[in-house]
Amino acid sequence: MIVLKNVSKRYKSGTMALSNINITIEKGEFVFLVGASGAGKSTLVKLLLKETEPTQGRIIIDNQNITKIHRRMVPYLRRKIGVVFQDFRLLPNKTVYENVAFAMEITEATPKEIRRNVPTMLGLVGLSSKAKMYPEQLSGGEQQRVSIARSIINNPPILIADEPTGNLDPETSWEIMRLLRQINRRGTTIVMATHAKEIVNMMQQRVIALDKGEIIRDEKRGGYGYED
Amino acid sequence: MRKEVATVMKIRSLGYMIREGFKNLWRNRMMSLASIGSVAATLIILGMIFILIFNINSLAEGAQQQFNSIQVYLKKDIDNARIEEIGDEIRKIEGIKEIKFQSKKDALETMKELWGEHGYLLQGLENDNPLPNSYIVFLNNIEDSSRVVEEIKLISGTDLVQFRKDIIDKLIWITDFVKIVGMVIIVILIAISVFIIGNTIKLTVAARRKEINIMKYVGATNWFIRWPFFIEGTFLGLFGSSIAFLIIYFSYKYLYNFAASNLYIMLTAYLVPMPKIVDSLLLMFIVIGSGIGALGSINSMKKYLKV
Repeated sequence: MIVLKNVSKRYKSGTMALSNINITIEKGEFVFLVGASGAGKSTLVKLLLKETEPTQGRIIIDNQNITKIHRRMVPYLRRKIGVVFQDFRLLPNKTVYENVAFAMEITEATPKEIRRNVPTMLGLVGLSSKAKMYPEQLSGGEQQRVSIARSIINNPPILIADEPTGNLDPETSWEIMRLLRQINRRGTTIVMATHAKEIVNMMQQRVIALDKGEIIRDEKRGGYGYED
Repeated sequence: MRKEVATVMKIRSLGYMIREGFKNLWRNRMMSLASIGSVAATLIILGMIFILIFNINSLAEGAQQQFNSIQVYLKKDIDNARIEEIGDEIRKIEGIKEIKFQSKKDALETMKELWGEHGYLLQGLENDNPLPNSYIVFLNNIEDSSRVVEEIKLISGTDLVQFRKDIIDKLIWITDFVKIVGMVIIVILIAISVFIIGNTIKLTVAARRKEINIMKYVGATNWFIRWPFFIEGTFLGLFGSSIAFLIIYFSYKYLYNFAASNLYIMLTAYLVPMPKIVDSLLLMFIVIGSGIGALGSINSMKKYLKV
């Protein structure tokens, strides 16, 4: 589903963010990306979203070499990849319902499809009763659930979560993790960058650890590893 | 077949685009008003220049018709025999194509015709006609006019020789001058308006920078993001041009009627009435107004779409 071959990224400032990374992620996997700040997690996420280009190497997503696609095709690539951020990134002037519906509107879905799918999705993340509220009226955990609903409303094969529990208390974090696991069980490949040691240790999923732009560990059923 | 489906879907998003465009307008209503005002001001000045050019052209055209003729007024105290003689003498001058006698009565009739519906004002002058008899002399060649005028002046019994070459030359010069200066002013004003609208939209865009960023992450195409702003800009331009059009339309109409209903009838004979220019004025305002808006919005978005 996701293949990185000899991927390196050097920023204009000269920093080597990633050097010679090789990763293969199969369909349906749940992968944690761990490492200290500056280890290269964010760069890796940016590369997958084609927010930035690798200096070297190839990235293949869903059998498509994304290092070669035209700028104009980037929006269509992003529709294949749901994204969840630490800061939720919801549209502040839209209600919960509208935020989720927006992801469908951009794909030019019919109003009928939108009316059918959005309530189902809100039900899945447990927010049916808050459909008409605005993001600022919700708790952090609820906002993150809206953003998860938005990220998977178009059934993308891949979900990338960049520190999704970073702004949440432990209990809420677990709710979010349960939701992500549930989505993963439905067949969505999930890549989650995180600092949350306990979560990684408890989930017992594949862990890829980065340090100074290199992979230092890639375990099928790993823990967070040593203190950092 | 697939293409058709795609088009139908595009039209479906149109509702979303227009809704969003109007929401933007309302959210930044102060700046929207400023933009509408600037477009309106631009177009009002543009409209005034346009009407001025139109009128000067019409004036110049009216004058051009007298270009190849010289009007020779005759002294009042000469008899008909002398009038005939003068005619013969003029005919002898070289370069003359045709001469026509215009009696004082004819002159009054012509003037009445020229004044149109206000001709009645001249009634009562028939018995005490202040207009002189005259000959209208047509030339073969306009270049001869100065020489011919000199020769006519030597004939006794002729009074004033109306010869408008100088005036017409000046008129043509003024027309060209007004046209060029008008165009320059118009271009500058349009540039300023594009800049102001661009800034308004830039404010909307900057305020919504995060939103645009989010939209791009969710996979919205550039045009999907751009359309609402594009519509916002176009409507700002169109609102501005409607206001400008109404102001120009009613004030010119008022001025024209004012001139026509008072003592400036001679003036209105050369003024272009509103119905004659209303179509081109409206078309020009719509095109330039929406153009300014669209250009301004596209311009201001470039920077923010690179995510």
